Amino acid sequence: MDYNLMREFADSWGLLAMALFFIGCIAFALRPGSRRQADEAARVPLEED
Amino acid sequence: MKFGTEIVLLSLFAFAALVAAGFGVDETFRQHMWVLFFTVAGFTVILMRNTEFKPAAPIDPTAYMDGPVRYGAIATMFWGVVGMLVGVVIALQLAYPDLNIPPWFNFGRLRPLHTSGVVFAFGGNALLCTSLYVVQRTCRARLFGGSLAWFVFWGYQLFIVMAATGYLLGITESREYAEPEWYVDLWLTIVWVAYLLLFLGTILKRKEPHIYVANWFYLSFIVTIAMLHVVNNLSMPASFLGSKSYSAFSGVQDALTQWWYGHNAVGFFLTAGFLGMMYYFVPKQANRPVFSYRLSIIHFWAIIFLYIWAGPHHLHYTALPDWAQTLGMAFSIMLWMPSWGGMINGVMTLSGAWDKLRTDPIIRMMVMAVAFYGMSTFEGPMMSIKAVNSLSHYTDWTIGHVHSGALGWVGMISFGAIYYMVPKLWNRDRLYSLRLVTWHFWLATLGIVVYAAVMWVSGIMQGLMWREYDEQGFLVYSFAETVAAMHPYYVMRAIGGAMYLSGALIMAWNVAMTIRGYQRKEQPLPGSVPALQPAE
Repeated sequence: MDYNLMREFADSWGLLAMALFFIGCIAFALRPGSRRQADEAARVPLEED
Repeated sequence: MKFGTEIVLLSLFAFAALVAAGFGVDETFRQHMWVLFFTVAGFTVILMRNTEFKPAAPIDPTAYMDGPVRYGAIATMFWGVVGMLVGVVIALQLAYPDLNIPPWFNFGRLRPLHTSGVVFAFGGNALLCTSLYVVQRTCRARLFGGSLAWFVFWGYQLFIVMAATGYLLGITESREYAEPEWYVDLWLTIVWVAYLLLFLGTILKRKEPHIYVANWFYLSFIVTIAMLHVVNNLSMPASFLGSKSYSAFSGVQDALTQWWYGHNAVGFFLTAGFLGMMYYFVPKQANRPVFSYRLSIIHFWAIIFLYIWAGPHHLHYTALPDWAQTLGMAFSIMLWMPSWGGMINGVMTLSGAWDKLRTDPIIRMMVMAVAFYGMSTFEGPMMSIKAVNSLSHYTDWTIGHVHSGALGWVGMISFGAIYYMVPKLWNRDRLYSLRLVTWHFWLATLGIVVYAAVMWVSGIMQGLMWREYDEQGFLVYSFAETVAAMHPYYVMRAIGGAMYLSGALIMAWNVAMTIRGYQRKEQPLPGSVPALQPAE
């Protein structure tokens, strides 16, 4: 496994996988119906001490 | 027996240090091991004097473990004052070189003491104690692992003592923000793994089903720092009883490893960790949920995916390949979006409660911190653009930028968090004095403004003087002339730093009096109590 092989992997499949994971994270955060859950989660620190 | 195992293990540890002090192959290593011996032996004696042979009182497994948090809050205050004081000293040394006292108190040895003192001792303790405070309350679970938290706390203080004394003795790896030598690095690795176990264990035994976003930020800080610390410090000691080691990398690979570490220390230590603080303490102090929880999740993932690539912008116009420099610049510019998203999220948490800015000096401090987060995360990407960097690099502008982030964002959000936590941790109704918080706020804010503005002027002047050519292509100024031209700015910078330090001293007094249970008799702040209306 030399530098060129790793470099080629990094700017093809590696890049694609990371970009898809990132877009997936954002899509999951914004999925329909997530607002109610997010509002509940936002109240976690306020409930007690 | 209370502390039984601890006393035995610490005695063995002190004995090992004594042996190393005897057999060390170089003078500074032997001196450093004497420091270690006296520190550990002294600590062992303190434990022996506090030991008891009564059976230990049962521990309530549902109560939060706040002992290490209390110690951490005090340690944060203590190291903050020490680190900032050293900062003012080295600022004065730059203005008045006669203040260099060789060999221990030269600028070259005090400078890493200042940077590590404020970043790792002050900032690190602030992160340690707030993370343990937040994770328990948002998971509704006691800290995992019994006295593991105490090991993490005291182990980290030992790391600080060994790093700081090592710098003064002249022991250094010369890696920016990672100066401690191999044996201190190994010790920090052990402590850090224990910290990770402590934090993860507490999350795993949580009673709240959702893991609150602040814990995500804290966890990413702990995990990433572990990775950065290990890779950046891969090195081979010249002797196992000596203070010198050689890096596993050489040339530009070494430089890039170092700045991959250095910039991500900014990204994950000074940013992600303190964002965890923001996402808990701003909603708590404002008594409102965060503006948008979904934005905070996007903020998190964007920081995770983008920051790790930004390091090469520290190596513009060096032997680093051009594509890597451009990559670093592109990712730095992309960081604008999550940084500003996060800043807006923090500030907008106050929407509908803006009056608190007028009446509550602690929330004012936190909002100022978030504002400086936005300011310095705007300035940073701009400076990473190659054309701007060709003027700003190696000049005081960089120092000014670091300080607007460090004093403005990291310092102010930590102060806000400590002001919030201390009365709760010691069961006091309120702080000793809110008026002193106002004093602290203004001294700190004006100190930063003086510092940053002065460094802009001196940095841009320095950069322009360095690149000034005459019509025949000769450099107009010698290096010494640029240094002489900066003297007035160095003096003003020391004044700005001294203002910030005096604010921190006021805070230390305020916190100490709160802990001791005093309340200052003072007029309430205007607006904090509704004004009485005359009857009609």
